[in-house]
Amino acid sequence: MKILVAIKQVPSRDSQLRLDTSGRWIDEADLASEINEPDAYALEEALQIKEKHGGEVVALCAGPARASQTIREALAKGADRAIHIENDDLGRYDLLGVARLLAKAAAGETPDLILTGLQSDDLGYGQTGVVMAELLGLPAATIIMQVEKTDAGIRVKRELEDGWFQHMDIPLPAVLTIQSGINKLRYATLMGIKKAKTKEVKRLTSVDLGIDAVPNVSLDRVYLPQRAKQTTFIPGSAREQAAKLAEILKFEVRVL
Amino acid sequence: MSILVVMEVVMEQSRLTWHRMSWEALAAGQELGRQMDLPVAAVVLGQGIAALAAELSAKKLDKVYAIEHDLLAGYTADGYTAALAGLAAQVNPTLVLFPHTYQVRDFAPKLATRLGKVLISDVVRVRLEEGGLVMVRQLFQGKLNADYRASGAGPHFASIQAGAYRAEMVEAGSAQVETVTPVLEAAAIRVKVGAPFRESQRAVDLTAAELIVSVGRGIKEKDNIALVEELARVMGAELAASRPICDNGWLPMERQVGSSGQTVSPKVYLAIGISGAIQHLVGMKGSKAVVAINKDANAPIFEVADYGIVGDLFEVVPALIEEVKKAKGL
Ligand SMILES: Cc1cc2nc3c(=O)[nH]c(=O)nc-3n(C[C@H](O)[C@H](O)[C@H](O)COP(=O)(O)OP(=O)(O)OC[C@H]3O[C@@H](n4cnc5c(N)ncnc54)[C@H](O)[C@@H]3O)c2cc1C
Ligand SMILES: Nc1ncnc2c1ncn2[C@@H]1O[C@H](COP(=O)(O)O)[C@@H](O)[C@H]1O
Repeated sequence: MKILVAIKQVPSRDSQLRLDTSGRWIDEADLASEINEPDAYALEEALQIKEKHGGEVVALCAGPARASQTIREALAKGADRAIHIENDDLGRYDLLGVARLLAKAAAGETPDLILTGLQSDDLGYGQTGVVMAELLGLPAATIIMQVEKTDAGIRVKRELEDGWFQHMDIPLPAVLTIQSGINKLRYATLMGIKKAKTKEVKRLTSVDLGIDAVPNVSLDRVYLPQRAKQTTFIPGSAREQAAKLAEILKFEVRVL
Repeated sequence: MSILVVMEVVMEQSRLTWHRMSWEALAAGQELGRQMDLPVAAVVLGQGIAALAAELSAKKLDKVYAIEHDLLAGYTADGYTAALAGLAAQVNPTLVLFPHTYQVRDFAPKLATRLGKVLISDVVRVRLEEGGLVMVRQLFQGKLNADYRASGAGPHFASIQAGAYRAEMVEAGSAQVETVTPVLEAAAIRVKVGAPFRESQRAVDLTAAELIVSVGRGIKEKDNIALVEELARVMGAELAASRPICDNGWLPMERQVGSSGQTVSPKVYLAIGISGAIQHLVGMKGSKAVVAINKDANAPIFEVADYGIVGDLFEVVPALIEEVKKAKGL
């Protein structure tokens, strides 16, 4: 099976976010970045399917030059090659525009299966995979917790709300959005890291793909949310905070 | 020119009923209808939905569309998208609203794309401003807010975040039901969907717990879980966790709180090293009192916390264990 995995580079989870001067995005200078968490699970799932059924795993990423770090990590973990849609100003594209870039590059590969994460940690649209599927005319299923190859295609386990699940049979090619926790992530081996350097990374631009930014949705302003809740913050050293909290639990909330 | 609210139907004990978030989306639709001076209609899709449509007809709406078809008996993205694309072509709405449920995540982006549009997902507020609609949504898992503007002609699409609007605000009234028969072919539905199921019985029932100590990724490593376990033990609390802790196998899945775990409402919910993403908040914000310990003063968890400690959990929790012991005379 030829599997394409969409991976996105996002600011590290522990980053202290600061707004940039335009007020439309965060200041990304000096921010550490990492692979979007569910995308790491999507990549792992692709690698496991390949190990079972053979084929090829191709990582697909749209992002600035520094995203090559995340791509290299995917190659070190076992992706066979990668496609980097290099663009320093992806913010000019809306969700549909980015999905068009990804879908166009994907179409050139005619994969059997496309995996994406279910949601990005930065923009959090939770949509890109589904939009790609529609652009490519493929069936899709979201929030996937298990993938099995069948004679007719694949059988997936979809997460529903409140602890429910559901199986679905889907013909290939198809798009799946993968939920965190579907598998156990591997680490890159030293050998893998060495081999990654020799693997092919195909670079494409929006011009190569022939897709302009014509957003019909724009992000006008980014800001800190206003607190609605009156939280009582407990000041002091850790010991003082702990003592005060124990007192509150005992005498105000009365649970001790 | 109208607002359409797409209501979600769920099967409960082999009876069709409403997904509770549908009413929140409907409240948003009615509020915007007043502000924008537009008629509001609700849509329900399925098979055997006459009673549900009748229930909607007792709300303050200009119309209720009941899309009935055998092929809509169970949800599929293909079926729902085709049926709603047909309705959108017929009524040409300005704005289409959905509750931001798992099902809506599955088909609404597809519907918007089919119509060449962008769904603005997980919206916490919609404002009418000069020059158009502004939709507020969260970035970075709730750490920042962003204003999105949908420009050009409609239809615009937005899904409403859980808890952003209040179901009780839905106004009663009366509306006419129009039954719509969509053009659907069995061959256009590419997937085969199985019946919903639950994994084996939950051994842990957090819903009955009075006290919950809940741990998130701030705990850093599996070995550190013992620290919060000890706190839970001395407090007499149940131990719970955010999703990544269970994904990593540091605690069993049945201890997960949130939209894909359990929904709890203890007297006290003590959130330790949990950022407070919406999928976690929906599972615990009904708690009587929420206490949060987090090193980041801007963590969204403080948005729902009654008491907050900004600090390093590795300093605060050991001290708290001692203080709780003292307070209990242990
Ligand atoms: C469809 C879907 C369903 C989901 N379902 C669920 C669900 O049911 N339950 C759930 O929990 N999540 C769920 N999630 C995931 C959710 O979006 C978040 O990713 C998750 O809740 C984050 O967990 P966390 O807060 O533990 O981790 P993080 O977001 O990484 O937060 C860790 C926190 O710890 C703090 N911290 C770090 N070090 C320290 C320290 N030394 N002392 C004090 N504080 C510290 C940090 O400041 C940070 O706020 C779901 C997501 C999706 C898309
Ligand atoms: N710029 C990008 N490059 C590669 N994959 C992406 C990109 N943006 C989104 N994706 C994929 O789409 C998923 C969902 O993203 P989103 O719709 O932004 O929540 C992510 O988990 C990625 O797998």
